[in-house]
Amino acid sequence: MTQPLLKIRGLKIDGKSDEVWKPIVNEIDLDLKKGEVLGLIGESGAGKSTVGLAAMGFTRDGCRISGGAVDFDGVDLVTASAAVKRNMLGKRIAYVAQSAAASFNPAHRLIDQHTEAPTQHKLRTKAESELDGMELYRRLRLPDPDHIGFRYPHQVSGGQLQRAMTAMAMSCRPDLIIFDEPTTALDVTTQIEVLAAIRDIVEQFDTAAIYITHDLAVVAQMADRIKVLLRGDEVEEAETRAMLSAPREDYTKSLWAVRSFQRPAKLAISTGVIPIVSLKNVSGAYGKSPVLFDVAFDIHVGRTVAVVGESGSGKSTTARCITGLLPPSQGYIEFNGEALPLDYRKRSKDQLRQVQMIYQMADTALNPRSSIGDIIGRPVQFYSGLTGSAKRKRVEELLAQIELEPGQYIDRLPSELSGGQKQRIGIARALAAEPQFIICDEVTSALDQLVAEGILKLLAQLQDDLCLSYMFITHDLATVRAISDDVVVMKDGRVVEQGPKAEMFQPPHHPYTDLLLSSVPEMDPDWLTNLLNGRGVDNIGDAAVGKM
Amino acid sequence: MSWLLNLILVLIVTAVVAWVFRFFGQKFTHNKPFFRDMPFVVAFGYVAGLLVLIAAVSYYFRPLEVNGVPSAGVIFFRWAVQGFIGFAIAAYLFRLFGRAVGTAGTRKLFRAMPLTAAFGVLVILLYALVSIFAGSIAPYGQEEIFTNANIVPGGNPIMGGDPNFPLGTDQIGRDIYSRLIYGAQNTVGIAFATTCLAFFVGGSLGFLVAIVGGWLDQILSRAVDVLMAIPALIFALLLMTIASVWSNQLGIDRTIFMILIIAMIDSTRVYRLARAVGQSIVVMDYIEAAKLRGEGMGYLIFKEILPNAMAPLLAEFGLRFCFVFLTIASLSFLGVGIQPPLADWGTMVKDLSQFINFAAFAPNVATAPLLAAGAIALLTVAVNFVVDWMLHKSSGLKD
Repeated sequence: MTQPLLKIRGLKIDGKSDEVWKPIVNEIDLDLKKGEVLGLIGESGAGKSTVGLAAMGFTRDGCRISGGAVDFDGVDLVTASAAVKRNMLGKRIAYVAQSAAASFNPAHRLIDQHTEAPTQHKLRTKAESELDGMELYRRLRLPDPDHIGFRYPHQVSGGQLQRAMTAMAMSCRPDLIIFDEPTTALDVTTQIEVLAAIRDIVEQFDTAAIYITHDLAVVAQMADRIKVLLRGDEVEEAETRAMLSAPREDYTKSLWAVRSFQRPAKLAISTGVIPIVSLKNVSGAYGKSPVLFDVAFDIHVGRTVAVVGESGSGKSTTARCITGLLPPSQGYIEFNGEALPLDYRKRSKDQLRQVQMIYQMADTALNPRSSIGDIIGRPVQFYSGLTGSAKRKRVEELLAQIELEPGQYIDRLPSELSGGQKQRIGIARALAAEPQFIICDEVTSALDQLVAEGILKLLAQLQDDLCLSYMFITHDLATVRAISDDVVVMKDGRVVEQGPKAEMFQPPHHPYTDLLLSSVPEMDPDWLTNLLNGRGVDNIGDAAVGKM
Repeated sequence: MSWLLNLILVLIVTAVVAWVFRFFGQKFTHNKPFFRDMPFVVAFGYVAGLLVLIAAVSYYFRPLEVNGVPSAGVIFFRWAVQGFIGFAIAAYLFRLFGRAVGTAGTRKLFRAMPLTAAFGVLVILLYALVSIFAGSIAPYGQEEIFTNANIVPGGNPIMGGDPNFPLGTDQIGRDIYSRLIYGAQNTVGIAFATTCLAFFVGGSLGFLVAIVGGWLDQILSRAVDVLMAIPALIFALLLMTIASVWSNQLGIDRTIFMILIIAMIDSTRVYRLARAVGQSIVVMDYIEAAKLRGEGMGYLIFKEILPNAMAPLLAEFGLRFCFVFLTIASLSFLGVGIQPPLADWGTMVKDLSQFINFAAFAPNVATAPLLAAGAIALLTVAVNFVVDWMLHKSSGLKD
């Protein structure tokens, strides 16, 4: 057996919180051979990124490597001097960050940033590196590879930027690349292009890679082996196929089972019933640029309508039209058969109460300086006029409804809660108004899968108990499958297709719906290969060019 | 040219010592990362710092008098060092006291407090106490004139002092110690009132336009731009000249006009800050949620925005207070600020300023104007220490 390229033994990392060092990674072992791809998965806070960075002998501010060894090709990166590491990083080990948009320097052209590492390490001259960069862009199937490098980062799309970053990591032909959630911020349709490009180029250059992600279906496509982490501990490690077919540990099984949640479909809507919310040919514009065109659909009592589409397809804008934050330029919205005033400022208190919203980022949706009791208590007081102990009792009821222990949480600040708990507070605030209709704007997309599943179950439960109607904005089709009764597919500000869920997931589809559906990664490790064969690889490149 | 040769010699010696320091450091610690990764310039810095320290200590112990002539440099240097160490000890004791006494909340606050912040809080507390109880602390009235003018500070009769007037008397025979105490009341009190007014006006207008935007924002912001384009001190001087006429006609105290004028000029800076901070808060989803709930403007400003803008505003408050304070002192120095016979530190510096010329051969005499100047400097430093600490706390930075 050959000597592994990267050998991590007993790695321990501490993080500083409240002036005390606490362990965040415990005794992780890791082996990586040349040309092998290891998937690191786990929830947020599991220590995936920390382990990934430690593989370069680096820790974030406020962290330290407190024990163990990171042996890269015979050099221990934990004890190596700054000069040795400087010679190693970029040249033999490279890193691809989650957000390419935040990681590129916006003031320099792509190619200038690309050529920096090879010229710094004196591998090639600048001219040679530029030619090499174009070659890499070509292999990564970027459109117009000879010229795209001369653009600035903001002039190319997110998926292209992520591929340019992969090319940059490849510029010195490193032995090891660490991919830290490279596709998490991308739409499903874009994600495919990036995944295929990364997989091919890693194979072509026989590069070893550590692929960090929380998405099992993605890691199944990319990795030869998978290592599962939970709160800094290793849960298990196995070959990809073995792990997918027969996970050993309970935690891994629970991760696998997340996507199976599905609520029973409701009966079809009987005709002639007045929908609770009805969009009548709504068009909207930001300033002079139109973003919505003739959007029309109905939401019926006690049902969930999922609105799907890529980013920029007008999903959230539709929500803003319904709430009145962005008065439609044409068309109007009916609530229980009555037209709502277009501007929220002209709506009555009761009309405002009936339509509530739950936001994607619970961090920005809750006032960080208000206690949970105030956040939920304010709408209670505002709409029902309850004060004092009556108000507190109502807040406790609401907290119990969202399955949080009232006595424990009522006086806390949002920063003292986890992501999932914050999202539950967002739900409670919406419920406090006792609405009939709630807009959920990507409420689960910032959450880990297990936590997201809990939120979806809670929303389904509340719908049954309180006869709520939801408009559920999402780009994740697994969520649509799990919770929706009806589906609306949007693209470029238009409704492409709509209908009950059962129909939508059965062919024949609108071509765009088909593209969306087929782009959702599946747990089958051959899925990406089959899909690419089916579509034809060149098609993807063309699709990317077409998007420009 | 000999000084240049000396300098080069010192630099070479420092460089050699630095190299030796690093070399033996690496040898004796068996390449601990501290020495192993130490760049040469850092080693040079360590050695240079040590040399400066040695030079300072040796200067401190030079004789106070040479052939009967006092060496003023050494005297002032000793005062500075003694003051520095004295305040450091006082701040340390104050922090120990704060950690032992008080509620759980204040004790936790003191535990995490750096020494500089403890110093700042201590000085601010002292100033507050002095200005509140000025009437009972001061031995004489601020307007009381004694027959002996220009008594030298120090209270030593041989040096021209008088034990009854420990800090001496000014050019017309008023007790400087009493006037310093009353000056705290006048200068600090007026500065505080002015800053509060500036924050109330600038802050609420800034938040208002952050929410409303549109033409109101355009009008107010351009008006503020115009006001800010005029140099503040000259503008204040101009307005004070006009106000002095009005105050005679209307019979209103000129100090009121001064407070209004400085508050108006400084509120433009507060407005800009409040608007910028407010705009970044207004786009948050919780503001949108409150708007959709149908909340009014007052609730949005005071319940949703203000608590989240508190940290930068408090930091600005500290700095703005110093600027207002210095503006008042400058105006008084120029003769249009707080009017005699009211004691004011700026005026005191101005009245006694010619004594600075005696610094070289009679350090005690030159101290007279420096006392008021020192009082201003001390408060400014203290407030800035506290502000730095608050900024550090609110930015959430650890270490």
